[in-house]
Amino acid sequence: MALRTLLASALLALFAPLALLTLPAAAQEPIRIGAFLAVTGPAAFLGDPEQKTLELYVEKLNAAGGLLGRKLQLVSYDSGGDAEKARTFAKRLIEQDKVDVIVGGSTTGETMAVVPLVEAAGMPFISLAGAVVIIEPVKKWVFKTPHTDRMACERIFLDMRARNLERVGLISGAGGFDKSMRAECLKVAPNYKIQIVADEAYGGGDTDMTAQLTKIKNTAGLQAVLNAGFGQGPAIVTKNFRQLAIGVPLYQSHGVASKEFIKLAGEAAEGVRLPAAALLVAETLPDSDPQKKVVVGYSREYTARFKTDVSTFGGHAYDGLMLAAEAMRRAGSTNKEAVRSALESIRGYVGTGGVVNMSAQDHMGLDVSAFRMLEVSKGSWVLVK
Amino acid sequence: MNAQLAQFLLSGLTIGAIYALVALGFAIIYNASHVINFAQGEFVMIGGMATVAFAGAGLPLALAIPAAVLGAVAVGLALEKFAVEPARGASVVTLIIITIGASILLRGLATLVWDKKLHALQPFSGNQPIELAGATILPQSLWVLGVSLAVLLLLGLFFSRTLTGKAMLATSHNPLAAQLCGINVRFVLLLSFGLSAALGAIAGILIAPITLTSWDVGVMLGLKGFAAAILGGLGSGAGAVVGGLALGIVESLGAGYLSSAYKDAIAFVIILAVLFFMPSGLFGKKSAERV
Amino acid sequence: MDWRAPRTGGLALLAAVILVLPFALINNYWYEVAILIGINAIVCVGLNLLIGYAGQISLGHAGFFGLGAYGSAILTARYGWPPAAALAATTGGVALLALVVGRPILKLKGHYLAMATLGMGIIISIVVVTEDRLTGGPDGMSVPAFTLFGLGLAGERTWYWVTGGALLAAVWLALNLVDSPAGRALRALHGSEIGAQVSGIDPTRAKVGIFVISAVFASIAGSMTAHYSGFITPGKVGFFHSIELVTMVVFGGMASTFGAVIGAATLTLLPQLLTALKEYEMVVFGAVMIATMVFLPRGFLPSLMSELKKRRK
Repeated sequence: MALRTLLASALLALFAPLALLTLPAAAQEPIRIGAFLAVTGPAAFLGDPEQKTLELYVEKLNAAGGLLGRKLQLVSYDSGGDAEKARTFAKRLIEQDKVDVIVGGSTTGETMAVVPLVEAAGMPFISLAGAVVIIEPVKKWVFKTPHTDRMACERIFLDMRARNLERVGLISGAGGFDKSMRAECLKVAPNYKIQIVADEAYGGGDTDMTAQLTKIKNTAGLQAVLNAGFGQGPAIVTKNFRQLAIGVPLYQSHGVASKEFIKLAGEAAEGVRLPAAALLVAETLPDSDPQKKVVVGYSREYTARFKTDVSTFGGHAYDGLMLAAEAMRRAGSTNKEAVRSALESIRGYVGTGGVVNMSAQDHMGLDVSAFRMLEVSKGSWVLVK
Repeated sequence: MNAQLAQFLLSGLTIGAIYALVALGFAIIYNASHVINFAQGEFVMIGGMATVAFAGAGLPLALAIPAAVLGAVAVGLALEKFAVEPARGASVVTLIIITIGASILLRGLATLVWDKKLHALQPFSGNQPIELAGATILPQSLWVLGVSLAVLLLLGLFFSRTLTGKAMLATSHNPLAAQLCGINVRFVLLLSFGLSAALGAIAGILIAPITLTSWDVGVMLGLKGFAAAILGGLGSGAGAVVGGLALGIVESLGAGYLSSAYKDAIAFVIILAVLFFMPSGLFGKKSAERV
Repeated sequence: MDWRAPRTGGLALLAAVILVLPFALINNYWYEVAILIGINAIVCVGLNLLIGYAGQISLGHAGFFGLGAYGSAILTARYGWPPAAALAATTGGVALLALVVGRPILKLKGHYLAMATLGMGIIISIVVVTEDRLTGGPDGMSVPAFTLFGLGLAGERTWYWVTGGALLAAVWLALNLVDSPAGRALRALHGSEIGAQVSGIDPTRAKVGIFVISAVFASIAGSMTAHYSGFITPGKVGFFHSIELVTMVVFGGMASTFGAVIGAATLTLLPQLLTALKEYEMVVFGAVMIATMVFLPRGFLPSLMSELKKRRK
């Protein structure tokens, strides 16, 4: 008897939601913003602020009257950082939920897996992932808001040259972000007359990098170290770096541009430099800075609502949503081709990542100057002139 | 001794001590119940995260640590009572799935109760690196090595001198005979989970200042601890410890001298090689199959 | 033909379901889910032969799946091989690897065997992630579509029929294997290895044989996924996917080919249905795994069948 009830209720529980999925949409069609983000899983500290930001600002936009006289509706799924899940959810957004635009793809892997789908379906897609391969070569329907990893390398190399640092040791992790940035740095280093004299790697869940750093330390003529890393690794690298007293400047990537990193690395973070969006130093920007109003606004609203420090990844989601909204306003409709062309025509748009100038050849719209060089000083970020 | 080699060995010993503690946790539960608890890594996570949470709530470290360990023990006991005991007698594969399900459940709960961010714990006695044979070691690493050694000695005494400890050993050799001697096998099982949870939590608290802690820190550590327990030979406490230290050192030397990108692969290849020649691990008992 | 025999009856039922299902699949998303179920089912049917019938365990089968996927992907994308040839070469390669690696690994027992397969899976996944010039690394790589004599296999509907056909073939093969002398030898092994040895069965040979077959099933499923999705990432090669696969087999019912299919279907559908739960998904998933194993230790289908048999009496 018990088994029968168990089976019946299990079957009911499993298949009942299916019925809900096929319900028709409500009366006055809302504008549907689709999203697939890594809210849980190893990339959660990308997806979590992105999800929160999208929720917060869809709410705010609706409170201010919506868009084109219609309400906005956010349909978002948790990909867990898995590219195949992301693909399935993207298909769901396109075919089942019939969204008007997609803002999402926390990681490069997820984004690239979805590209063939949005290209075939003609769906405007604004990615929140970092690698340069997303927009190079340019794909008709794919845009992105975060700075590329190549730009990060360039900004770092510019700063190194300004300090006469030429022989650089590279250390990176096993993740997609790490590997992509490492490849880009190796590629563009000669353009800035930078010599990569060491190239070490650590694994995903690694908890100790002293072996790799010792090898770097013993490299002849070492002048600086660059950690192309993301997540847990860089904090440990920084602590190990101080422990081994390597004594040359340490640069981190834009992937760890957050107060979290300083908290985790502790005193070891003092003096570390990295490229980051102005969002991190919002309050200390000079009033004349074109980005000040936007970044201070986002920073205050996010912190007030979620009681936690603002993150650049949330900022990228903010830019993505606002760009999509702006494109729809310019197009005057949600017609996908119109929205796409409108996105391409956006110039001089001020976001948290920088000033955006899109074009048919440039679907990101930022240049190296959008990256500021920051340094950790007395436990917080300061702008390096 | 070459300074570079010294550095590799010291780092390897530090992480090896952590693997050893986790592996011991596996060994104790396996000894009592022949169950491999794939949620062992999650006890490590709970130890670290709970301490961070208690410390963040204002408790001094001296209170936060025991509170966190007790919390982990409670989780371990609950795991045994609600997930393992009802399924006793099930096949090896079924039990593996149950403990894996438990580890997923615990990770999910961790993201709900705490959060998905990384957290740091203050080192117990400062951050000044100590020079040793041309290499540096953090004071926290000395804590790790020292406490691990102390735990080992205490466990050894427990199993050989106390009645409860001997009862646990008896149960691992032959549960039926133990029961006939009047040993409460159910209680021994419960105790083994509680003890392993405590060990895991202590390991987690010890390394949190060095390696940071988060909701998923237990996955890799659990896997490596399992590998170390197998390497040393399941059912042998000393084997677990030797396996853990060996694994840590092999990883560190592999990263230093061969390839840092492949260091985990190197470690697993070595484990496989050992298993091919010694199918019961380094110190494992040769199992005799009864017909 | 005895229609009530599990072989023909079940097979016919499966064929009927595959034929009729498209009427319920309203858009490409549903086709996608159906195809995913089919592919997972193929791997699970093979894995079930190893776990359920032969009584072994593999915590590294995603490695074979990944090798199949990446083998096809690399040969077609990087070296321009025709997809059919790439498929054949990859499957052959994986079979050879399973043969070579299986011999020493399957001499181990119980948890030692679990560790060895786990280690094997992790080594494969590390190699895939690290050799990024060949595999595209953690960010994955694109895969060209499958073409046969110039005819392209693309689109959800086409692949639905391809997957359905492949699944039927896999199930038919598995059922035949189980009832063959080789299959009976396997089941004897599972019951008592010493007893089987006494009866003249070479245990290692039988175990390695089934290991290779299950690896081939996984590899072919991997190649199919690569060409269908047009893109693969190392996520499918890792430890978590191996665990997912074992869970599907155990949940559906060990030593039950159709149970493996049901397990694959349920556990592939579950995340799609749990999306509303968002933050609670992991907790629910873990709880479901524990509850199923505690209350239905022999798996879903065998428990269901024995309940029905009890009613009939």
